Order: sequence, then structure tokens, then C-alpha cells
Amino acid sequence: MFRSHVLVCGGTGCIATGSENIINALNEEIKKAGLENEVGVVRTGCFGLCSLGPVMMVHPEGCFYSAVDVKDIPEIVSEHLLKGRIVERLLYRETVEDGGIKSLNNTAFYKKQFRIALRNCGVINPESIDEYIGVDGYQALGNVLTSMSPEQVIQIVLDSGLRGRGGGGFPTGRKWDLARKLVPDADQKFVCCNADEGDPGAFMDRSILEGDPHALIEAMAIAGYAIGATMGYIYIRAEYPIAVKRLEIAIQQAKDYGLLGEDIFGSGFNFDLEIRLGAGAFVCGEETALMISIEGNRGEPRPRPPFPAEKGLFGKPTILNNVETYANIPQIILKGAEWFTSIGTEKSKGTKVFALGGKINNTGLVEIPMGMSLREVVYEIGGGIPDGKKFKAAQTGGPSGGCISVENLDIPIDYDNLISIGSMMGSGGLIVMDEDNCMVDIAKFFLEFTVDESCGKCTPCRIGTKRLFEMLEDITAGNGTMEDLDEMVELCEYIKNNSLCGLGQTAPNPVLSTYHYFKDEYIQHVRDKKCAAGICTELTQYIISADKCVGCTLCKKVCPVDAIVGEVKQKHVIDQSKCVKCGVCVDACKKFGAITKG
Amino acid sequence: MALKMCAVPFAGTAQQQKSLMDVIDKYKDVPGALMPVLQEAQEIYGYLPIEVQSMISDEMNVPLEKIYGIVTFYSQFSLSPKGKYKIAVCLGTACYVKGAGDISKKFQDKLGIKAGDVTPDGKFSIEDCRCIGACGLAPVIMINDDVYGRLNGTDEEVNEILAKY
Repeated sequence: MFRSHVLVCGGTGCIATGSENIINALNEEIKKAGLENEVGVVRTGCFGLCSLGPVMMVHPEGCFYSAVDVKDIPEIVSEHLLKGRIVERLLYRETVEDGGIKSLNNTAFYKKQFRIALRNCGVINPESIDEYIGVDGYQALGNVLTSMSPEQVIQIVLDSGLRGRGGGGFPTGRKWDLARKLVPDADQKFVCCNADEGDPGAFMDRSILEGDPHALIEAMAIAGYAIGATMGYIYIRAEYPIAVKRLEIAIQQAKDYGLLGEDIFGSGFNFDLEIRLGAGAFVCGEETALMISIEGNRGEPRPRPPFPAEKGLFGKPTILNNVETYANIPQIILKGAEWFTSIGTEKSKGTKVFALGGKINNTGLVEIPMGMSLREVVYEIGGGIPDGKKFKAAQTGGPSGGCISVENLDIPIDYDNLISIGSMMGSGGLIVMDEDNCMVDIAKFFLEFTVDESCGKCTPCRIGTKRLFEMLEDITAGNGTMEDLDEMVELCEYIKNNSLCGLGQTAPNPVLSTYHYFKDEYIQHVRDKKCAAGICTELTQYIISADKCVGCTLCKKVCPVDAIVGEVKQKHVIDQSKCVKCGVCVDACKKFGAITKG
Repeated sequence: MALKMCAVPFAGTAQQQKSLMDVIDKYKDVPGALMPVLQEAQEIYGYLPIEVQSMISDEMNVPLEKIYGIVTFYSQFSLSPKGKYKIAVCLGTACYVKGAGDISKKFQDKLGIKAGDVTPDGKFSIEDCRCIGACGLAPVIMINDDVYGRLNGTDEEVNEILAKY
């Protein structure tokens, strides 16, 4: 038994800022101080506050240190761990109160969160099955196998109202029910997990895999029992090496403990899991494409029906859910459907994990009850926009989703509300944009992504997205016409209605939604040939302010195309016909700040 | 469409070939084995030239055109060798709105190569990559397995990072 525990975040974000070195230094210093039998160091999953990394929590005091550096470690060990004096300067400032510290759970970032899927992230050591069991892990699986029929399990999931967290929001219980019933005499069925989190700006699934991999294993075994499958596949991005490693460790531990394999809990139920690595194709997030990829082919979607519940992986009935969906299952089984339905809105039960990113102070991972407003997420949990800038829009649903503008900041976030305002829940990336972001450019960014990731099987998507991208290129280069805008919308509708799979059907969403909420900006690009945010290079001008210019000639010297004219101690001017908009003059004029882009 | 051939001559060793055969043997009873075999083959050779694809085709009895189809479909597979240090600039949404496009350009200018190319000495290659999930640190780049976050893209910063390699 240790008298004190130091939990160090071992999520990808904190590892990138050096938490591995911190763990090593901690262990070394603790040994030097002779505390190795008193203080335990635990590498946990993501705490969520990635912007403050590397972070660590010291129990029992509940001290939360942020932005810790290796050179701070001797002080933490000698002062805090040895003498019991908290190192105040390293405390996350939100937790500092008059005369003491307040719990991390009472800070603005955590107070309004409700953690189901993330409940063990940052709390337990993901590489220890004993710690997972210590927080009721595998108890749901035990209950299911020893005291429930598969039908009862499906009924609880149905009653809970849980909907797929990967984007579409299909009721999970219905999916399981279909897979159980559609082909009653199937000799084999499969349980699959989509961990190929391809949405740019989304890292919920990665954090769950890194922080609580056993929850996924337990849930997949429960799903296997419910639908009558004995084999499961986890399709995970190869770009997530830490998640893959922890999942491998977790699967091996579960096998060693008899929680995977044959005759689990003496119930006669067999279940095994295998990991398959994705190879970098966004379209493999589509269910049929994912299964075709596991089979060892080009991951091109196929038309449905037949749906995977009838004919999926290797032609057998298959269910596919994403990581976050599964992570809810053990808690629903343990606490009951009624508990789960008490959280959230009428049609969207439970919580949703969002990855907050972009122009927001507290970038990181948050789990909120459905129905919270975007305003609360951005301004309370997220801590608002940096540098006093103005909120412009939040993007959800990645390349399939759309923007939420200021006028919708107060609508409750759930599946149906987001669809009604032209966005979607998606897998949970939430990117905040401020006045410096150009919405036409953002639409172009997403289209470039879909053009690149379109598998090429169906024409509306392969050629349609390319033409749409070209239109946006023209608009951002100042070559668009007002007629182009009408044609653009028409093409969007055509791609939506005629593409084979979800990738194409949703690809125009970023364009339609930015056009709907920021039509002025499109018109400004087309008619006035201006980009107010100063992002679209061809429409941007660099201007020297006559008031601020002192005639130092620095800008003139660095200009690679001699576009700046003016004598020493005279006002300088940029010849717009020569300027290539490289922006080096702005850097050169940092001292006086006379050159601006606009 | 002409077959994309690699400009660098293939120089596989007998040792590498043996490792490849072991991998193929390991997966011989696994359904859908082609993907993991290709992934491990790329680990062994660093890329998947047509010579390696042919060996896999012969050994696994899968048509070469199917293998070529898969290799060119997934972005993870590469037909040409990468640099010793692979710079990947994340162009995910969070990084993009924080100016990752400029960072990518800075590195390309500094190394004098375009995204997707290798420096003539084979030391660095650079590519734009999909979200690596470190959005909290945006904008980020990865050089092999090292992540550099919260970049501002100044000349000093780019020089400092490159100097480490």
C-alpha cells in the first residue's frame, strides 16, 4: 500500500509534451528520496485538459499540477511528496483558492461535465486489469453471462435509448436486435468495433482506447453474447500507436484472466478478439467499407441492403459500433436503462464526448450530458476564445458536418437539433473558429479532404466533389461569379442525393452550411473580391500604414520581388501589381507594426 | 494507367526476404491476411516496391494487380522510400485553423522539397498528414515518432527543430 499516488497523464497529448520523461524523473527522484515504498507513480489515460499538458494529479491531497517540466520534479518530490508542502506555483491556477486548493471536479472545465464513457480516463492505469476490476470492471459482463438472457441484454440497451456515437445516431439496441434475429441459423456472427477515427479534429475514441481499453473489451464481449457471436474485430487506425499497444496489453490480460476465450465465467460462452490496423483511408469509417477492408481488400463501400446485420463481415451477420458507443454499455448494464435515460434530452439519451479544438482556451476532451448548449461548452467549459477575439462558428461532424453560428449558440446539443441546423453530431470533433477564419476557406479545406478521400467507386462523389472543390478554388481566388454560387448549391444537392455511401452523401454539408450561415462572405469573395479574414491569399492585400511607417527600409530590403518603393525616412508603399503576398514584410516590420493584411 | 515504378533501384536483402516469408507464414491461416502482411512488409522494407509486391503475390497466390490495387488505395502504403526522418505535418481541422498550412510551407521551403518528396541525401521526407489526434497541441508536426506541438512557424523554430536531426 502506498500512502500517496501520483497519477501522470499518459495520453498522446501529454506524451507529446514530455510526460514519459516526467514519469522517469519521478521514479528516479522518489527512489533517491527513499520513498519508493510510500509513493506510487501511475501512468493513466487522458485527463482531458490537453492544453495544460503535461499534467499530473497527486492523491490523497487531490493536487493538480499542470504544465510540469522535468526540472520541476525534484522540487515536487522533495517538497510535496517528502515534506507534504504543496508546490503552489505549479498548481493549475483554477484550482487555487484562498487558503487552499479546490477539487479539480469543481473547476469550470470539469464542473459541468458528466463522465460515463470517460469515467476511468485519468483515473486508472490502463495497462492494469486489476485496477479496472477495482472500479467494477467486468462486473457487467459477469452479470450478463450468469444471470441474463441475450434478449434481456438487448432489451436493456433498447430501453436505454443509446444511439451510435460514431455519427449517424442509429439506435444501438435496434442494431443488436436485428443481428440477433435476422439470420437465426447463422453458423458464425461477428462483433466489430470501429476505432478508425478518421474525422480530422476528433480524438475521443483514441482517448478511451488509451485510457480505458478494458471497457471496450468488456462491452464487445457483452455484445457478442447478446447477438450470438463468438468472434470480434477491432479496426483501429495505425496512426494511434499508443492506443494499439494498450489494447494489445488489455486483450492479453483479459485472456490470461479468462475474461476472453472459452467458457467465460463458467457460462459456456466463448468470445475472442482480434485487432486489425487500418491503413489510412477515411472511407473505411463507412461500415461496409470497413468490413471489406478487414477482409483484405480495397476499402470501397458497397450498396445496402443487404445490411451488415444480415450479411456483413465474411458474409456473416455483423454488428459494428464505435468505441464511445461500446464504452457506455458496461455502465448501462450495471446501473440500468432508467438511470441512463434520466440523462440527456428526449430523443438523445446519455452523454457525448467532444474534442474541443481550434480557437478556444481549454483545448481538450470533454464529456457533457446531451442537451447542453454550445454556449456553455465554449464559454464555460472551454474558457472562451483566446486573445479576446469574437466567436464566429463552431464546426461539428468533421467533413460530413457543418457549422454552428452565433445565432444557434443556445440550442441544446443533441442529434436532432444539430441536424435541423444543418450540422451533425458526427463523432464529436468540435472546432471553434474566430473572426480570423475564412468560412469559404474552411469549406474548401473540407472539400479538399473529401476529394482526396473519395474512394472513386461512384461518379457523383468522385467527380462531383472534385468539381465542387474547383468551384471553391475559383471563388477563393477571386474568379467566381454570382452564377457560380447557384451552380455550386445545385451541384451540392446532386452529390448528396446520388452518392453511394455516407462519405459522398454528406460531403457537400460543409459547403451548404457555411453558405447558409455566411452567405455574405461568399458574396464578398465573388462580388467584392475580398476576403475579410485575410486568409485567401489572392484576395488579400498587404498595406503599409502611412501613420506608422517610419521609413526604415527594412521591408523594402526583405521583399523578394522589389514590390516596395520608398526612400529612407519616407513613407513606403507596396506596389500591389508586383506583390506576391509572401508576407515577409509583415515579419520584418514587427517593431513598428505598420504593415497589415486585409 | 502506367504502373508507378520507383526511381530508386530495389535493394532488398536475403535477410529481409526471410523476414517477409516468416510473416506470410505466420498469417497463412488468418482470414483477410493481406492487409497485415502488407503492413508488416512495409515495416521490413520501409516501402512496398513492385518487387516486394511480386514476392507477396507469388507466395500468397494473390494476383499482383489486386495487391497493387490495395497498395495504391491506402495512404499508409508507399511505393517509394521515405527519408530517414519522416516529417509529417498534421493538416487536421484543429491544426488547419491554427495555421498548419503555413507551417507545412515553411518546412518545405527550408528543405527545398515539396510535400511527398525526399531530400536528395535521403535524410528528410515531408508529407502532409491526416489528424494525428493531438488537437490540444495544435498546430503539430511529427518527425518519426516525436511530436512537436504549439508551433508558431518562425524561422528560428523550424531551424531549431531540424537541427536536432
